[in-house]
Amino acid sequence: MLTILFDGIAYGMLLFVLAVGLAVTLGLMNFINLAHGAFAMAGGYLTVFAMQKLGIPFLLCLPLAFIVVGAVGALLERTLYRPMYAKPHLDQVLFSIGLAFMAVAAVDFFVGSSQQNIQLPEWLRGRTEIGDGALMLGMGHYRLFIIAICALLTVVLQLILSKTSFGARLRAAVDDPRVAAGLGINVNVVFLLTFAVGSGLAGLGGALGAEILGLDPTFPLKYMIYFLIVVSVGGTSSITGPLLAALLLGIADVAGKYFIPKMGAFTVYLLMILILMWRPQGLFTRKGGR
Amino acid sequence: MTGAKDSVLSASGLVMRFGGITATNNVSLELRRGARHALIGPNGAGKTTLINLLTGVLTPTAGTIVLEGEDITRLAPHRRVARGMVRTFQINQLFDSMTPLETLALVVSQQAGLGAQWWKPLGASSQVAERAGQLLEHFRLGDVARQQTRHLAYGKRRLLEIAIALACEPRVLLLDEPVAGVPAGEREELLETVAALPADVSVLLIEHDMDLVFSFADRMTVLVNGTLLTEGNPDEIANDPRVKEVYLGHGAVESEAQGGAANV
Amino acid sequence: MMDFQSTLLAKARWRPWEFVVWLAAFALPLLWPSRALMVNEIAIVALFAMSLDLILGYTGIVSLGHAAFFGFGAYVAALFAKLVMPDPTVGLVVAIVLSGLLGAVASVTILRGTDLTRLMVTLGTALLLLELANKLDWLTGGADGLQGVTMGPVLGFFDFDLYGRVAAWYSLAVMLLLFLFMRRLVHSPFGATLKAVRDNRLRAMAIGIPVMSRLSVIYTVAAAIAGAAGALLAQTTGFASLDVLAFDRSADLVVMLVIGGVGWLYGGIVGAIIFKVLQDTLSTVTPQYWMFWIGLILVLLMLIGRDRLFKPWTWFGGAGKAVKP
Repeated sequence: MLTILFDGIAYGMLLFVLAVGLAVTLGLMNFINLAHGAFAMAGGYLTVFAMQKLGIPFLLCLPLAFIVVGAVGALLERTLYRPMYAKPHLDQVLFSIGLAFMAVAAVDFFVGSSQQNIQLPEWLRGRTEIGDGALMLGMGHYRLFIIAICALLTVVLQLILSKTSFGARLRAAVDDPRVAAGLGINVNVVFLLTFAVGSGLAGLGGALGAEILGLDPTFPLKYMIYFLIVVSVGGTSSITGPLLAALLLGIADVAGKYFIPKMGAFTVYLLMILILMWRPQGLFTRKGGR
Repeated sequence: MTGAKDSVLSASGLVMRFGGITATNNVSLELRRGARHALIGPNGAGKTTLINLLTGVLTPTAGTIVLEGEDITRLAPHRRVARGMVRTFQINQLFDSMTPLETLALVVSQQAGLGAQWWKPLGASSQVAERAGQLLEHFRLGDVARQQTRHLAYGKRRLLEIAIALACEPRVLLLDEPVAGVPAGEREELLETVAALPADVSVLLIEHDMDLVFSFADRMTVLVNGTLLTEGNPDEIANDPRVKEVYLGHGAVESEAQGGAANV
Repeated sequence: MMDFQSTLLAKARWRPWEFVVWLAAFALPLLWPSRALMVNEIAIVALFAMSLDLILGYTGIVSLGHAAFFGFGAYVAALFAKLVMPDPTVGLVVAIVLSGLLGAVASVTILRGTDLTRLMVTLGTALLLLELANKLDWLTGGADGLQGVTMGPVLGFFDFDLYGRVAAWYSLAVMLLLFLFMRRLVHSPFGATLKAVRDNRLRAMAIGIPVMSRLSVIYTVAAAIAGAAGALLAQTTGFASLDVLAFDRSADLVVMLVIGGVGWLYGGIVGAIIFKVLQDTLSTVTPQYWMFWIGLILVLLMLIGRDRLFKPWTWFGGAGKAVKP
């Protein structure tokens, strides 16, 4: 039981890191980016490539994924995404689906469609067990590692948002871009940096999650729905909203698959639909959030 | 002139709370049959909120609304329209992809009970087409009747805004700043139309233009910060020291600043 | 004195080119029998696209999961033929009714919320049905699909032939019938209320339109028609598989409407034709990487701006002059 909870939390934290960029992009630029999963996939494949072909150790690949994918994100934001901000939501959705399709097909072409595996370093394999019987808590070391990294990232993000001037500018721009621009905040730079960081985090999440979530060209499409659930249930006006939503989703998914394996993802989708019907603005938005 | 039996719309003790803000604080209003009743007050006084409460866009935290003797406090907005309560919006709310002709034909069809008809084309009924034509002519929209609404000049859009309301055959008409943002040259058309409304239609007018208010209204309600300050006929209001105090600095001058601001 | 009534009625009138198009469509299987299967596919997909246009183009409901009803209709028709009776028309009617019912139930989910929530909810519904179909493999055949669906003759006379001509005519006939229905609908006062809901929901309510009821009704109708298209697919191919419920289907559909133009019934038909022809040609060139080209087309289309590019009637100063059928 506790193990399921533990696994669910690990899964949830991973989903959070993967989806937080999407939440902020939506809240900030009001842009629905369904290609977000492609950035995660890029981070995963980059890590595989770096480890297998360049012999770079796993731990180093993580910041590498963050930086490289973040840079790619910045480039794409400046060139492709920016013209799309003013367009209707449907256009944005179709645009990002198009990008996702292209990414999926390109990866399939260059690398092939088989699952990629990451060789975790020795010290991350293995498992610690506390207690026994029904209350046993089995903690895979890798999942423990994931929880630690993601928790650290969450704290750092929250600190940046609340304590730094960039964070203040970001929050102002989310609340009202025109007013923010009028106050001399360079909204374009804020958008660029935010998008880059969001994509970078997705890349990092992809690298971290490859072992648990699996890595193949269909990754962006398979997991897109999960990211969207985190964002639409968690709302886009805070960091804690998506965090809680991601944890809920992670636990619900793991528990659902364990207790009612026949239904699988069915329960998650049903829950999502019910939640969105009950609270269309998401479970955790504060009043006035999008 | 007095007496409850002449009251066509009455709101009692309306309260509207959003989180920590009380936008409407125990407001009561009575609209008499055939009234030309003006609702005035500074920006943010809660005038549009009151209209939203009356029309059902907002559900009051407390209070009741009675229309022609029927309690409509919980009635859905579209059903209130069917009972004759129609409003216009301070910011034009139009159907941009449709032409004025189509828009008015639609409204008239809806009014005639044909809104759910799916097997005959819009315009098959000659009465619908005729009534739509009448309204187009009356509001001088005939020459732009076949253009998409999104391409019309602001003044014409404003006229269409009012025309739509009249096409609903209202018994109670709530006008939210009908001349807001209309350039001086086009105000005349609009003012004449407002003045020429049928005598049996009861009108509640929100307006900042004091000239219009005093020439139009036979009764006025003053709202400040969501609370009812006072109510009376134009003379009483004009001479009320409290009202003068509230408007100190605003004066009886045409205020164009109000055109864009949203009244809460 | 301008005649307003005739202006209104002119919009609903049949134009000469429409007759030509429909005659040509029905003549195709006769003149070009080797492509009859293609005509069949296009007719089915065009019908599917038009059903989405009813909710997306005319009413403004963003849906990424319309395949839910298409797939549902396909499975219903296939199971009906297998388990109850192989008559195509009866099966079609049953599929339409049941898909409509599903649509009515599902319509509860799209009434509230923003475009994003609707996107999510429709996506979720389709995924849910896909999961169900996958898990209930004793009924649906699961990942292998429902095989061995043999159909009886259409209307008791016309056996499905190997060339697919009867199939093509069957699909075209159903498509025409439903098209006639949809055409009446979109030009009627009911159709106008849909456009009003799309353009300005607040005002629609303020003129007495029961918005929630309209949304439910049109969603149900669109679901029923999508179910009809799915049923046609199952009946004419003798097969139903999980990919009728896949996200691809819903996404392809939106692409078709974008290409052909939303808010215009023929847009679904034009989009379907272009899409299918493109798919056919590109599949022979790069069979696996079809997805890449679709993605590229989408990205380019969106960057250029679909409004400007694919609405030829707006190219010549459209203010009210062009009248769309």
